[in-house]
Amino acid sequence: MRVEIVERAIDATALLNEVAAITNGASVLFVGTVRDVNGGRPVTALDYRAYSSMAEAELSAIALEAEARWTPGTIVCEHRVGSLALGDVSVAIVAAHPHRGAAFDACRYVIEELKKRVPIWKREHYADGERSWVENAAGAQRTHPRGAER
Amino acid sequence: MPYASVPSGAEAFVFGMRFTVPVLLFARYADELGAESVNIALASPATAGDVLSAVLALPGGERLPRAPMVAVNLRYAALGDAVNPGDEVALIPPVAGG
Repeated sequence: MRVEIVERAIDATALLNEVAAITNGASVLFVGTVRDVNGGRPVTALDYRAYSSMAEAELSAIALEAEARWTPGTIVCEHRVGSLALGDVSVAIVAAHPHRGAAFDACRYVIEELKKRVPIWKREHYADGERSWVENAAGAQRTHPRGAER
Repeated sequence: MPYASVPSGAEAFVFGMRFTVPVLLFARYADELGAESVNIALASPATAGDVLSAVLALPGGERLPRAPMVAVNLRYAALGDAVNPGDEVALIPPVAGG
């Protein structure tokens, strides 16, 4: 398992190479990129900001949850912060496992939990010059995201 | 104050001991308060809810939601969780990673 908040371009192929092992029959790669429109409004660029120390701690927790649930699997994930242009890779996740079903499920788990729990924020720049902080639909929680059990 | 200091790493609090903690602010919350961190003065025993109340009372705090997420030492916290000297507190706006 390896997770990292980075301030440089993400090389998704390098993540695939990182998990390469003859015990893994499947590696699923998810790549998130900066889209040109949000809610019908043209977007020209993005700033990502993170509470980096907590973001890495929370992302580590998520990756360990995935590895515990889909054993024996491996998760690697990088999320970029700073100024990103349209088409830039903002996040890449690889889930590797002996079997494809578990690899798909583990990869999906990590991106969905990341969007709910990891303290990263996004400010969109619009064609008219305005800038605005946006929220993930699943990230607008008002209570402890892992419930009261911890 | 009867006590000048508390041994570092002490588990027990000294009632009424004063201390300050840094509170980190991000994204819209930082914009609303015009700062990326503030120092909040507390008296033990203190909770995450005490820190939140103090931040909401600052200029600009009225523009924050009444119950934002709070983190203590890099973990999401409940408002009743203890805050001790040396802790790092943060208010966590709705996240937008991915």
